[in-house]
Parts: sequence; structure tokens; C-alpha cells
Amino acid sequence: MTLRADLALISEWIKADSRILDLGCGDGTLLRHLRDTMNVSGYGIEIEHTDIVKCIESDVNVIQTDLDEGINDYFDADSFDYVVMTQAIQAIKRPEKLLDEILRVSSDAIITFPNMGHWSSRLQLGLGGHMPVTKSLPHSWYNTPNIHLCTLKDFEDLCIELGIRIIKRRVVDSQHRHRWLSKIFPSLFGEIAIYHITKK
Amino acid sequence: MPEAIAENSIGIVKPQLHHFDEALQLDCGKTLEQYDLIIETYGSLNADASNAILICHALSGDHHAAGYHSMDDKKPGWWESAIGPGKTIDTNKFFVVSSNNLGGCKGSTGPTTKIPGTDTFYGPDFPIVTVKDWVRSQQRLMQKLGIPKWTAVIGGSLGGMQVLQWSIDYPELIDHAIVIAAAAKLTAQNIAFNEVARQAIMTDPEFHEGHYLANNTKPKGGVMLARMLGHITYLSDDAMREKFGRELREGKLNFGFDVDFQVESYLRHQGKSFVERFDANTYLLMTKALDYFDPASDYDDNLVTALQQAKAKFLVISFTSDWRFAPERSRELSRALVAANQDISYVEITAHHGHDAFLIPIPEYLAAFGAYMNTVAAKTENAENKKASS
Repeated sequence: MTLRADLALISEWIKADSRILDLGCGDGTLLRHLRDTMNVSGYGIEIEHTDIVKCIESDVNVIQTDLDEGINDYFDADSFDYVVMTQAIQAIKRPEKLLDEILRVSSDAIITFPNMGHWSSRLQLGLGGHMPVTKSLPHSWYNTPNIHLCTLKDFEDLCIELGIRIIKRRVVDSQHRHRWLSKIFPSLFGEIAIYHITKK
Repeated sequence: MPEAIAENSIGIVKPQLHHFDEALQLDCGKTLEQYDLIIETYGSLNADASNAILICHALSGDHHAAGYHSMDDKKPGWWESAIGPGKTIDTNKFFVVSSNNLGGCKGSTGPTTKIPGTDTFYGPDFPIVTVKDWVRSQQRLMQKLGIPKWTAVIGGSLGGMQVLQWSIDYPELIDHAIVIAAAAKLTAQNIAFNEVARQAIMTDPEFHEGHYLANNTKPKGGVMLARMLGHITYLSDDAMREKFGRELREGKLNFGFDVDFQVESYLRHQGKSFVERFDANTYLLMTKALDYFDPASDYDDNLVTALQQAKAKFLVISFTSDWRFAPERSRELSRALVAANQDISYVEITAHHGHDAFLIPIPEYLAAFGAYMNTVAAKTENAENKKASS
């Protein structure tokens, strides 16, 4: 099984034997991979029934809850080594509140999201006059679950505002490759951003 | 009578009675010197006895969880929708054990049995039994059946409470705990409903302080009322609306106090048929077992500490429209299991059936439950293969 490239990147950032919480864990691929290869334990949070069933099939712990209701009720402070949230923050009602809760539950978090500042999005909105539809953001404006899209700069500004320190950042293209263009001009050529953040 | 028994039914089953001579110390301080448990089993125990599952029943349930006792039976066992060959709890893979709880009225020792060596019914003198007592008695049954460990203990409602107690009291004897539409303890509202049910029974003039059998009578009105109240709380507002609406039984109002609406007719029918098959003292006992259940109380009222004892993996399921055992109660339980660092999956099924949903073959429910049971079966088979090859 080949792992989605952003998930493969994340697994390089996580220490073996750690305890993680995966917010919006989908079918549990990341948790299963980390469990099988690095003895990582933890829980996934998901709301889609078909994904939940897939997690159960893979013997991955999954808890059905709505991230918009927050995670403070569910998890004690500092109860995980990492919280991971891959491409879900843009669909959250109050991302700034959730980020705060994430870094309460764990000192370290890994967040990935589609970069709204990618050149093709800029081109579509700036010149075409349309809300962008791209490979990593395939929905139209009226049916998109992505209500809080941001650029790398937006996210980094929010981190400063919330007192969050960025430990590492990688940007990749929609094939999740770390190409030279996105290395030199990340905010223009990066389609998916991956951040390791902390409040320490 | 079933015209023909469905292929995915376990078919005709025969209850077995097990007698226990060793005294059982009860939580209330009393001792049962001897007792019987009536059980049913489905499927067969594999060579290394690693595929056994215990089913725990709810308030009005019994050992007859699946199949039919005879071709004349109108209905199969209470969980026919989930237990059988190829079903969620697959009897081709698992050896399923289902027992009638102590204090029951379907063959296990209870108020309707005679006190050993006498011609007197236990009646109201049958000691109050708790969920812990039941689990203790089921552990003895397990030994008698030669089962070293349950691969899973499964139950809904009061049955789910027994599953929790199993995981805490005998952590070494249970691999998977499946807790459906249950709670770690009852709320005040839930106890209140039980109290109204008990008052309905105890104020019935035919109750005779519980000695109605000795008086050759039954508190029928009281039991009927208790069951009618129960039924209202097991269904949701939406389910009742869909099932009955304001439909009239005779198509017109009768301007009297007899049945006008279909819902009244349904409740009366449910109440009356329950009177025929259920004992009033057992009903009182079961509701007390519900009220008293609080495993945290043995651990300084700390549910997390209680659950830290467990070694099983957990699956917790709730239903959105269940207001007798609301999803919030299952969420509380899940949170405590997470805090106790246990393996747990929690699923909330969107269903309009109310508390009864746990008995209904709702596709999303069975998909999640079935997926979990497949992982249980896979582990059981692996264990067996390992043993066979070693």
C-alpha cells in the first residue's frame, strides 16, 4: 500500500510509540499506518458514517463526534503526544477556537490544509473573476464544505495572534510532491501546506 | 407460526437448565444457597474455546435471544435480527451464550420459583439482585460451560450495563465489550420513570405486598400500566407519530373514555400481552438493578478509575432519538473510556426509533456493529490457527 504523500510526510515527523489524536481521520489510513509501522496508538475523530465503518474494519479506534463542537469536552489537557488534522481546518466553523483546543490537548500538532494562495487560485479569482476550483479544492462555491480557506500567510498570521510557534513547514503540490518551485515560492506554488506547531 | 423458518435463523433451539449448588453471596448481604440459570446457546464452541460470546439481556428480555422453541412460536427470540448464521453475531463463527438473569421469571431462579425444600414461592422475598450479582452468576456459568474467556460480551440497555460490569470485575475474562444504548448510571429522570412503574405495580390492589401468587392472583393492572409507561419512553416522539399519528381506531371519536386513537389501542395491547408473560416482582427487581447500577461507586465515584480496571476493547453505540438512554450518556461513557486510556470506538446512529432502535436492524447500525464483529472473528480465528500450528 502506498501512503498518500502528505500522510507519509507526517509519519516522518511523528515519533514512534507516541499517542496521537487524528481529527477528521477519514477511513483511518494514517492511524493504521502509524500503528502498524511505528507502534503509535490513539484515536481518530470522524463524523462520516462510511468512514467510521472503515476505521472499525481496520481495527482503528474511532470516535464519532462533530469537530465543530470542539474537543475540550472529550479529551484532557496534554493527553496526547500529537494532534494531527489533515485537510480539515478549512471546513471547521471556528478554526481559531479549535486550534486553541488542539494545543491544549497536546503540546504538538500537525496541521495540513489546501493553500488558497496557490497561483492557479489567484489566477482564477484575480483575472477570471471566479471562485477558484482546483485539484485540491474541487468544489464550487455553493456546495463546498470548505468555508474557511486561507493562504500560508493567513495561517501564519493567525499563529502569531494565537501565540503558536511554527516548528516546521512543508508545502507540496497536489500530487503531494515537494518540488523545487514550491520550495522557492511556497505561497505561490504550494498546493498543500503541512505545519508542525506548538505552544511551548 | 412461522410458515417456514428463515435460512439465516438459528432455527429451533432448546433451552438448558443449569443448577448451581455453591452459595452465591449477593450485594444486598443475603446469600442464595442454590439456584438455577436457564440458558440457550447458539453455534458451537471451537477447539480452543476461544469463540464464546455472552449476550446480556435488558429489563424484559430473557435467555431466548434467537431462533424458535417450536414451529408453533409466533415470534423468534428477542435479538433474532442480530444473532444467527451469517448475521452480525454470526453463529457460524461464534458460540453464543444467552442466559436469563437471576431474579428473572423465565426459568432462572427468581420470585416465581419456589424456595428450595418448601412449597412457597419466593415472591417478594427474593433478594434484590444487582448487575454485579448477575455478572458473578454469569462467571460461574462460564466456568461450568468450560469457557476460559469471552471473546466478547454484548448487551443493550440494562444488558450494556452488565457488559460494563463484566469488563471492570473480570478484566482477564473478556476481550471485547460491546455496550449498546446504555449508560454508566441512570439519571434522576430515568430512576423517576422506574419509580412510577413500581408504584403502578405496588399500588395495584391485587399486589398483596408481592404475595399475589400465594393469593392466586396477579397485579395485572399495575404491570400493564408499568409496561405502557415503559413503551412510551422506549419510543421517540417521531416514531410514535410515524407509527400512529392521530389515527382513530374506528375512524371516529366515540366521546367516551375507551380507546379512540390507535396509539391507545397499541399501548393497551402491549400492556396486556406483557402481563401474560412477565412477573410483577421480577419487574420490580429489574428496575432496582437498573437504578442501583453505578460501577464508579466502588472506585470513589470515579468512573475513569473504574474503567481503568478493564482490559477489553470497547465498542459503544447510541441512537440519536433514544431519550431513555440518550447519546449524551454514551458520550460520557466514551469520554471516561478515553480518559482511562482504553481502546474504544464510539458510534452514534441516526435513527428515529428511540431506545428500541438497538433491537431494530437499522443498516448503519448493523454495518458498524458487523464491521466490529468481523474484527473480533478475525482475532478469534487467528488465535485458533496459531494454536493449531504450534
